[in-house]
Amino acid sequence: MKLVHKYGAPKRFYELAGTVVPWLAALTTVLMVVGLYLGLFWAPRDYQQGNAYRIMFVHVPNAWMSMMAYVAMAVFAAAGYIWNMRLADILAKVTAPLGASFTLTALVTGSLWGKPMWGTYWVWDARLTSELILFFLYVGYMALQASIDDARRAAHASAILAIVGAVNVPIIHYSVYWWHTLHQPASLTLTNQPKIYITMLIPLIMMSLAFTFFYLTMLCVRARSEILWRERNTDWVRKLVGSRT
Amino acid sequence: MAGLLGAMRAVFVRELLVFWRRSTEVMTALVFFVIVTTLFPLAIGPERRELMLVAPGVLWVAALLATTLSLNHLFASDYQDGSLEQMLMSPYPLSAMVFSKIAAHWVLTGLPLALLSPLLAIQLALPMKAIGTLVGSLLLGTPTLTLIGAVPAALTLGVRGGGVLVSLLVLPLYTPVLIFGAEAVAASAGQGFASVAHLSLLGAFLALALSFAPWASSAALRVSLD
Repeated sequence: MKLVHKYGAPKRFYELAGTVVPWLAALTTVLMVVGLYLGLFWAPRDYQQGNAYRIMFVHVPNAWMSMMAYVAMAVFAAAGYIWNMRLADILAKVTAPLGASFTLTALVTGSLWGKPMWGTYWVWDARLTSELILFFLYVGYMALQASIDDARRAAHASAILAIVGAVNVPIIHYSVYWWHTLHQPASLTLTNQPKIYITMLIPLIMMSLAFTFFYLTMLCVRARSEILWRERNTDWVRKLVGSRT
Repeated sequence: MAGLLGAMRAVFVRELLVFWRRSTEVMTALVFFVIVTTLFPLAIGPERRELMLVAPGVLWVAALLATTLSLNHLFASDYQDGSLEQMLMSPYPLSAMVFSKIAAHWVLTGLPLALLSPLLAIQLALPMKAIGTLVGSLLLGTPTLTLIGAVPAALTLGVRGGGVLVSLLVLPLYTPVLIFGAEAVAASAGQGFASVAHLSLLGAFLALALSFAPWASSAALRVSLD
């Protein structure tokens, strides 16, 4: 808790994040390059899907991150709401657009993957449908944030929405699965493969780590600029900006 | 304890009276429900077989939209005239007051909607045997919709563009209720499995919403009235 207070002040976090960002960015780049190389050249062709399955190395990490970002957003929002931590409010706010873009990327890559597999860009597949609803939840959160001017009220109101959403996400997820199984099953289920080869699993894990670190990098970058904007009337920001111009 | 129940009853009666005096607001949601369902045969065509296939979905989506539309009336006028702040200052828990408000709101929007639905079901050529399930699923589902919707309605009080924003926030949260509500009706119309499972899941959602929503929406009201 002491640590939280020490680095929880926006100014301290700004400095801390500033020193961490280059390292996180470097780690992201290395993981992404190596993961993509392994995924695109080293991993074997799938005997059923040919080379088309390789979009998995982008699609699966994005789908995974879209859900993780929602959990992170809800946790940050709850912390900000319960303990009145300004930093947590900021982190929740800047996570929302990141999560929405992960969701959108997962949707786009999913439908691109669907074209060779299903013969069409969009199928009301359970996973795609629940990703789409998740995207709507992100959009609602951002719309609520944007429509309230007072930063504290915006943070608290959207925190309640994020918590209600987080309670609902599993219910929505399983409802959509149930709905899907009641109607026709998909012609080909993509993740129910009998087993995934270790040579495919290693690049997948590397890409998941790469996108996780990408999220952390962007979280720090965006939180820094949000802090600067919110504290634009304080002395330390004036000094900082003044010293550079 | 009697004091709390008395206060809850007083709020409930007051809400009914206020809504009754402004009955046009209550009627708009109902008329909207009727008009939207009437639009579908015009768009799809009068073929009875096709109408029968889409009827469960159409009726449920229309009910859901009508409920969303009526959410704006839930807190808005009490927010403007300051009654909400009085409720906040009363010695009784705000969530209990909010629960009474939601209950009264449902009695005047969800309940008439469910009672009116058989008429529209006949228009859409829904088989007679499915009409009972339709009314039952709406009776179980619409209170859940109102309970969930109370949270975004409270959050958007006094926010610019509040009305459209409420729909944007609430519709994704409504998907489970829509899935099982429409599925229950379709099932008893003979397009799937038995409808009991769907109805019990709707009941489970209602139980969950009853325990969670009044608390969440009173927290939301506290934020908005801060």
